[in-house]
Amino acid sequence: MKPAKLDCPVLLAGGVALAGVTAVMAAALGALAVTAATTPGEGAGDRAWWADAYLWRVVRFTLWQAGLSAALSVGLAIPVARAIVRRPDFPGRGILLRLFALPLALPALVVVLGIVEVWGRHGWLAGGLNLLGFSGGPPGIYGLSGILLAHVFFNLPLAARLMVFHLERIPGETWRLANQLGLTPATIFRVIEWPALRACLPGVAGLVLMLCIASFTVVLTLGGGPAATTIEVAIYQALRFDFDPGRAVVLALIQLALTGGLIAAGLRLSLPMMAEPGLARAFARPDRAAPWGRLGDGVAIAAAALYIALPLMALALAALSAPFGRLLGEAVVWRAILTSLAIGGGSAVLCLALAWPMLSAAYRARQAGSRLWSGFAAACDTGGSLILVMPPIVLGAGWFMLLRGLDGGFAVDYTLAPATVVVAVNGLMALPYALRILGPAHANAAAAHDRLCASLGLAGWNRWRLADWPVLRPGFAMAFAFAMALSLCDLGAIALFGSQDLITLPLLILQRMGSYRTMDAAGLAFLLVLLCLALLATAERWAAKTGSRR
Amino acid sequence: MRILIAFVSLFLLALGPAKATETLTIYTYESFIADWGPGPAVKKSFEAECGCTLNWVGIQDGVAILNRLKIEGASARADLVLGLDTNLVAEAKATGLFQEHGADTAAITLPVPWNDDVFIPYDFAHFAVIYNRQAVAEPPASLKALVEGDSGQKIVLQDPRTSTPGLGFLLWMKSVYGDRAADAWARLKPRILTVTPGWSEAYGLFTKGEAEMVLSYTTSPAYHRIAEKSEKYAAAAFSEGHYLQVEVAGMLKASKNQALARRFLEFMTGPGFQDHIPTKNWMFPAGRLSKPLPAEFGRLVKPSKTFLYTPEEVAANRRAWIDEWLDVMSR
Repeated sequence: MKPAKLDCPVLLAGGVALAGVTAVMAAALGALAVTAATTPGEGAGDRAWWADAYLWRVVRFTLWQAGLSAALSVGLAIPVARAIVRRPDFPGRGILLRLFALPLALPALVVVLGIVEVWGRHGWLAGGLNLLGFSGGPPGIYGLSGILLAHVFFNLPLAARLMVFHLERIPGETWRLANQLGLTPATIFRVIEWPALRACLPGVAGLVLMLCIASFTVVLTLGGGPAATTIEVAIYQALRFDFDPGRAVVLALIQLALTGGLIAAGLRLSLPMMAEPGLARAFARPDRAAPWGRLGDGVAIAAAALYIALPLMALALAALSAPFGRLLGEAVVWRAILTSLAIGGGSAVLCLALAWPMLSAAYRARQAGSRLWSGFAAACDTGGSLILVMPPIVLGAGWFMLLRGLDGGFAVDYTLAPATVVVAVNGLMALPYALRILGPAHANAAAAHDRLCASLGLAGWNRWRLADWPVLRPGFAMAFAFAMALSLCDLGAIALFGSQDLITLPLLILQRMGSYRTMDAAGLAFLLVLLCLALLATAERWAAKTGSRR
Repeated sequence: MRILIAFVSLFLLALGPAKATETLTIYTYESFIADWGPGPAVKKSFEAECGCTLNWVGIQDGVAILNRLKIEGASARADLVLGLDTNLVAEAKATGLFQEHGADTAAITLPVPWNDDVFIPYDFAHFAVIYNRQAVAEPPASLKALVEGDSGQKIVLQDPRTSTPGLGFLLWMKSVYGDRAADAWARLKPRILTVTPGWSEAYGLFTKGEAEMVLSYTTSPAYHRIAEKSEKYAAAAFSEGHYLQVEVAGMLKASKNQALARRFLEFMTGPGFQDHIPTKNWMFPAGRLSKPLPAEFGRLVKPSKTFLYTPEEVAANRRAWIDEWLDVMSR
């Protein structure tokens, strides 16, 4: 087949999306850099050598905890994802998958309290051990172990869910063939599952790594002391207490460069997406009956379910005695819910509107073959992700300065411009997830339809409507739900731009927690969980309605 | 498309009605103007008196307010700023944005003398170690006892790099131990369960029962007694004395309503403002009340001695003292 002709509109659209994402980050950094250059410094220079030693230690710890967290989360997610895919109809499977989307959608502080309730000094585990006669209790979680415990809680479900999505796309014909050849479970893993996993692992691991690098509340709260300090903490300190925009910019660039390097290295390890067109018919897998496999899968699923469900249950129990009647009667609660939904919805739409052109452009660019174009493709893949390690406080402060410049200060009329920024930032923050969910689905659709559509002369909107959309619908639904849940619950941008006129549910939770009102906070967190679950369930139903398969 | 329209209309709904008129605009921290905070009541009583409109602008917290001012400079739309604490005062003055108040300060009541001509205090509280009475039979009677006590009983502290109470405790340790602060931190370290980024995380861990003690304010037990009818938590009185936090307000040079701003500052030290401080901001009033303090406030710890560094001392030493702390705590 001769190299495909360059598809200019698609490449252009992708280029514009990528440029937009880059511009949002660069503009924030630029605004801070300009401020740093125009305002007198506050004497950070006199301790430069020491700052360097400190910085080096902070960088080392950031990478160490993030690397460990990512390895543990992803490594443990593999058997869990495999078991879930292999057992398509155990009771509670749907609920479990929905629960898996929750940890990331909750404010870190809320999750940390749930984890402490289970694993802490006086938590359920300690209580259980006491009952069994072990008076010493569990080893303390404060320190690296606590950080890992929490990061695995956040990221194992995410990794598992993404892997399940990829493994389920192995065409039914493959299983028919495996049946006919009588492949053993080990062989199946080696020749069928591993290649599919390997194609998505660098992306998934990269995503988890970024989330752990940018971790803030978890690291400080469970880290036990300042020995556990991430670059993100140093940036926060630089911009907040020291108000030293120059140092914040340098630190942010260090974080971006380190992460960008790691992600690029990861991408080199990744195999090209294996697009295997199939007829989308289901065939039973030959490796379901083996008793050891059943036992192993059962253990993996039960362990993961307990690990995720217990802290969530702790949160639900804490909410039992919350004053729901009063909360639901408060106008501010309803306004926060509506604002959250609006921001979440807007962000999700924006996120998908950016993700799709970037994916299409990356795909076409790869087909074009030249080095330049594959560079562009790689930029689309990485560029869309780096936003995750762009500290929200830097984005927020930078954009605050820019917006202020536009109309000379919106301090009083303080809603619409900030709301736009919050939507934009949250939409961008969800982009890496959307890219990872939609990417493989897109590759599949392209592989399955490109030649057919070319021969039928089907292109543009008609091709999208008739050929691509029907198969992509589940991917879009999941990406939308994820993006919306994430921004519904985000605290990064809103914490800086929120005000009495722009308040979201997570912000309200933090406010109540900051004023002794723990019961209110527990009740609101529970409402947030319900909202996310309803959202995910709706997305699933919507994806399934037209049967996703033709 | 329908979904899009639905979201857009949701969005507009959520924004609510815009505020049209403003006369006196005040930057403050968000919890001050929350439904349960003193903001709404203060607005009502000041508006009744001045026949003007008071417009609160809520910003995260004191540090964020100061950063906002640094970014906005002279173009800030506020007439007044309410909610900085004494540790931020030197930096705030250094911005050159504040105006001498020239107001009558006779009504101010504080545990320390006050003669700042730019900022006026509106409330105060001492930092204190709050303990769970069910878990701690003998609370530490001094900072020394806390530092040298049983490491099986833990305390949650806040990070002085990111939080105001965290910085307050650091200054407290420095006030008591001076040059030997580093050694004291090293001795205290085994008792520290963890160091959280802010007050909420620390207090959340404490009320979950994860630690026996937490750093907070002498006024914290008043909230639990009055709002929750609970005697579960109490403050430990330290014989060396307690470190003070004073919250202040000041007016901006760029304000076009200087006279009204000054009038607010004077109003602030009287009952129309101060009456709402004890049970809405959970701090001690720094001015005149129209009725006595709630009885529960009388049962709170009364520090035998008050520590407070001048804003200039804090500004000059904060970095070095935090570095000293980092060095000990990271070992």
